[in-house]
Amino acid sequence: MESSHLRQQIAAMRQSFFDEEILDGQFCQLERLENRGNPNFVEEVLTMYFRDSTTLLQTVEQEIETDTIDLAKVDMMLHKFKGSSASIGANKVRNNITKTRQLLEEGNLEGAKLAFRELRMEHDNLRAKLEPYFQQLRQVGPVETATRPKGSDHA
Amino acid sequence: MNLSSGKEYISTASSSAGWKAGDAAAAAAADQFPAGLRVLVVDDDPTCLMILEKMLRTCLYAVTKCSRAETALLMLRENKNGFDIVISDVHMPDMDGFKLLEHIGLEMDLPVIMMSADDGKHVVMKGVTHGACDYLIKPVRIEALKNIWQHVVRKRKNEWRDFEQSGSVEEGDRLLKQSDDADYSSSANEGNWKSSKRRKDDEDETDERDDTSTLKKPRVVWSVELHQQFVAAVNQLGIDKAVPKKILELMNVPGLTRENVASHLQKYRLYLRRLSGVSQHPSNLNSSFMSPQEAAFGPLSSLNGLDLQTLAATGQLPAQSLATLQAAGLGRSAGKPGIPMPFVDQRNIFSFENPKLRFGEGQQQHVNNNKQMNLLHGIPTTMEPKQLAGLHHTAQSMGNMNMQVASNGSQSSQNNPLLMQMAQPQARGQVTNDSSLGHATRLLSPMGQPILSNGVAANVSTKTGIQENVRAPSYNPVLQTSSMLNFPMNHASELPGNSFPLGTTPGIPSLTPKVAFQEDVNSDSKGSVGFMPSYDIFSDLNQHKPQNWELQNIGMTFDASQHSNNLQGNHNHSQPVLVQQGFSSGQVNGQNKSATVISKAMFSAGDSTGHANAQNGNQHLNSLLVDGTVRVKSETVADATPTNLYPDHFGQEDLMSALLKQQDAIAPAEHEFDFDGYSLGNIPE
Repeated sequence: MESSHLRQQIAAMRQSFFDEEILDGQFCQLERLENRGNPNFVEEVLTMYFRDSTTLLQTVEQEIETDTIDLAKVDMMLHKFKGSSASIGANKVRNNITKTRQLLEEGNLEGAKLAFRELRMEHDNLRAKLEPYFQQLRQVGPVETATRPKGSDHA
Repeated sequence: MNLSSGKEYISTASSSAGWKAGDAAAAAAADQFPAGLRVLVVDDDPTCLMILEKMLRTCLYAVTKCSRAETALLMLRENKNGFDIVISDVHMPDMDGFKLLEHIGLEMDLPVIMMSADDGKHVVMKGVTHGACDYLIKPVRIEALKNIWQHVVRKRKNEWRDFEQSGSVEEGDRLLKQSDDADYSSSANEGNWKSSKRRKDDEDETDERDDTSTLKKPRVVWSVELHQQFVAAVNQLGIDKAVPKKILELMNVPGLTRENVASHLQKYRLYLRRLSGVSQHPSNLNSSFMSPQEAAFGPLSSLNGLDLQTLAATGQLPAQSLATLQAAGLGRSAGKPGIPMPFVDQRNIFSFENPKLRFGEGQQQHVNNNKQMNLLHGIPTTMEPKQLAGLHHTAQSMGNMNMQVASNGSQSSQNNPLLMQMAQPQARGQVTNDSSLGHATRLLSPMGQPILSNGVAANVSTKTGIQENVRAPSYNPVLQTSSMLNFPMNHASELPGNSFPLGTTPGIPSLTPKVAFQEDVNSDSKGSVGFMPSYDIFSDLNQHKPQNWELQNIGMTFDASQHSNNLQGNHNHSQPVLVQQGFSSGQVNGQNKSATVISKAMFSAGDSTGHANAQNGNQHLNSLLVDGTVRVKSETVADATPTNLYPDHFGQEDLMSALLKQQDAIAPAEHEFDFDGYSLGNIPE
């Protein structure tokens, strides 16, 4: 069936996220929260996440490119970003945030800027990968989470 | 009463028989708790908020989400009894999460869980010192949220315990168990009950307990008088220089050991630290108290406001000392002002009435009054006979009051208006003993007695009588909200002569024994009257417990230090409850709980190894933990302070029981002591 083929495809995509470690077990937590009453919960959460993260990244980028960086503000924003990224299971994004914050704290501005760019890339990459994933999910309709990705349940 | 209570026990005992085996089935069917737990989640990040809300809903909690701390506070203030627990992010734009935590602790005294993506040790430690009952690291997993109800339970239990410092820990356990039993119908609880109940029944029957109790680890009941003596000694030495040995010498209380003093000192220090941490100025304290009064504990809150104002108005209580007292009251139960204060306030009203009573009695105590007053820990500075707010609390305050009074007695009454006031309630209490007071009386008893010197004893009796009355009022509200307040229901019998409430209040096992009056004061009306009603209240409360989350309103303060103390009870308690939960969590409830507990303990200890580790740790712990004892251990380890406190309670309890033995009500008391001993045994000290 086309649907099952599509589902397989979707499952493979999903598995790749875990394999590439751009998503971690927290994502599974979100998936578990989905049910009949709330079939698109994960997509909704991700949509909200990207909406805020895009704005935040723009603000941070502007801030660190200025001469007088408000370090406290940037750190605060990154911290918040880290929280939401971790909550959705965006593994690499979160790691990059940590790295950026670390460098900023150390006073390594250039290093922090580099790290931030990397962070931005990871973030955009994540979005690029998830968008088609959710699109396809919508096509096939709610999926019973019968299969669990291998090794993706580890926190 | 024993029969009836025995019956209760029996019924629960039988069900507990198979609790281990079929707990899941029985529990699920038996109790809805913690489903319906009213959670307020505060986080400025909409993504996290959305996820948390969904997770909490999946846990069958009643969730209210809020993205701003100010809004959250408003919601809490408007509906003080509307929530059972609060989960808040640490970093928020409009208000620091810790500040919110403090506010909530001061005004509503609800358990608060902090969360953050930050897992740095310092932040976690900050959460602990500010009184957070747990600290979750983002990303929060649903498993972590499934167990948050334990904090609600623990808090109630602790508050109960705090109130009656003089009572043994076991009493609290017993109460908890009883209430749990009634509320949760948890077979696991029943298991605990079974043993404790049996003990009580046995105790009632024979006097052997007395002997056994004396032989057991001595438990010291920190009655109000005793505590006042303690505080006086500490003040005399200076809080920085106060060492247990010297305090012990100053107190000169026979039977009191250095260990008892040490653990009590530890608690006291925590309390003071909390006071200074949350309130910089006495005026702040006052205002914070005054404002939330209404909301604070339902019935109590209104009283508190009155009391404070009354006290202040009368000028008897200097604003400063009032503030201090309030602060003290707050801190008494491990830093949560909510409860002590309300009680205190209420008492104040009454205290105005009969200052004389106290002085007479007070003479014998050698507590230094002036200082004492200020240092009164939350122990109700105002005793309100009518309110049974917190037996425990009352006991404590009574103790303080008595002590102060005693000292004041010799001095001009002016010195301690507070004391005088306290005395009044006490006196009145006796007269007004009635069903509602029953509980109070119970409380008073412990205060009066135990460790006072001979002269004191006489005073104690009077005091106790008064105290009881006083307590009753304060405890009433508490009782209503939480079945835990009920005093040892086992001892429905009245205490002859002693206003020893033990006999009457079945609900409050721990309190009763403690009350043991040394002297035979007689408090005829006191003893018996009070308890009976409390029994009823207790059962009534029990009924309501499941649906009524007011238990926490009682103002139980969850204190990290208390955490381990209650560990045992909590573990036992929570385990069964977990079982009942309909969560489809694959984890074994017990394990889950223990894991969670441990992880929480780990967090509390400020030793955050990262959420991932913690969570992994949970899983590991799950496998490692076999029984509550182990968990207790870990928690205990994580929480150094409580450990000491816990045994201390027991020590005091024993002492009290020893004193009590002299009383008629010894039988019931013994039950409690035994109970306590039992509880103690389970908890690795």
